[in-house]
Amino acid sequence: MTLLAYGVAVWVFAIGIYGAIVSRNLIHLALCLTVTQSSTYILLLTVGYRHGAGAPIFEDVKLGTAAVDPVVQSLTLTDVVVSVTVIALILALALDVHRQSGSVDPDEISTLNG
Amino acid sequence: MSSRQRLRAWIAAPVLGLLAAILGWGLSGAPGFGHFHGAYGDLLSATAVPQRHSTNVVTAIVFDYRGFDTMGEEFILFASVVGVVLLLRDMREPSGDRDDPVASDAIRLFGVLMVGVVLVVGLWLAAFGLVTPGGGFQGGVIVAGAIVLVFLAAGYRPWRAFGRQSLLDPFEGVGAASYVALGLAALIAGAPFLHNLMGLGTSGTLASGGSMTLLNWAVAVEVAAANLVLYTEFLESYLVPHLDER
Repeated sequence: MTLLAYGVAVWVFAIGIYGAIVSRNLIHLALCLTVTQSSTYILLLTVGYRHGAGAPIFEDVKLGTAAVDPVVQSLTLTDVVVSVTVIALILALALDVHRQSGSVDPDEISTLNG
Repeated sequence: MSSRQRLRAWIAAPVLGLLAAILGWGLSGAPGFGHFHGAYGDLLSATAVPQRHSTNVVTAIVFDYRGFDTMGEEFILFASVVGVVLLLRDMREPSGDRDDPVASDAIRLFGVLMVGVVLVVGLWLAAFGLVTPGGGFQGGVIVAGAIVLVFLAAGYRPWRAFGRQSLLDPFEGVGAASYVALGLAALIAGAPFLHNLMGLGTSGTLASGGSMTLLNWAVAVEVAAANLVLYTEFLESYLVPHLDER
């Protein structure tokens, strides 16, 4: 059980890269990269988890109550924002490639442009 | 699957298996699930409320303890939006005459009713970011989602009232610039960059956290505008035919 969450993170990471390697569509490729990046959320939140602890928010909980690690949570927030910006840029590039070459298959594009 | 892909899959599988094994081996030495002993998190959980009057410790880290990083993060978002705009906003015919009506009255009614609800949820998440779960990033995204709902429920023409570059670009710029301005204001006052200058207020109320409240709203404006610029650019390049289309 202790290794399950780490295992899920490794699995999501590997399956995302596998999808990117065999991808035949740039949109699919971008989504695979997002899947790969999602593994970092799982890993970060797993690292910071504590049994029996609540959220690091002390609005209606007494200060000093056990809480999960807030630092990794704010890192995850940064991670999500970076993920959004990266996917936006990649999708814009994919649109541009489609406009230039009329295809979204990475293999066809590379044969067209040498 | 083409033969080329099958070859790739055969090469990738053992390499990825090896990678997963190494990762798994490395992580097996990490603290067991649920037994994290990081000192910084505990320290911040204990000091954020007395020191910064913010009951949401994650937001306090994002906008105060790690506020400088968040400025960089905000400009990553800004730069990528500029990149998307540079790639997609060229040679396009400005148009407002495209009609793309939504046929179903039920969808129209429900969607338009939901716009207000989603907008309020987004503003609430942003406003109470220092008190309860939420914050400028999360609230900004949901506010942008409410505006996108206008397009989904009411069609292209009502959406044009919001999804205009001349309207969104200033918001994006102001959102990004005011974060830096708040940092510089601290410098001018003789304190370190992004120092929390204002009165900290009462914990658990809207007016808590001092400068963090303003930074939070700057980020909310920036994120909402940046998301809407992205949606607008992708939507326009999909809906409006390009002049140089082949």
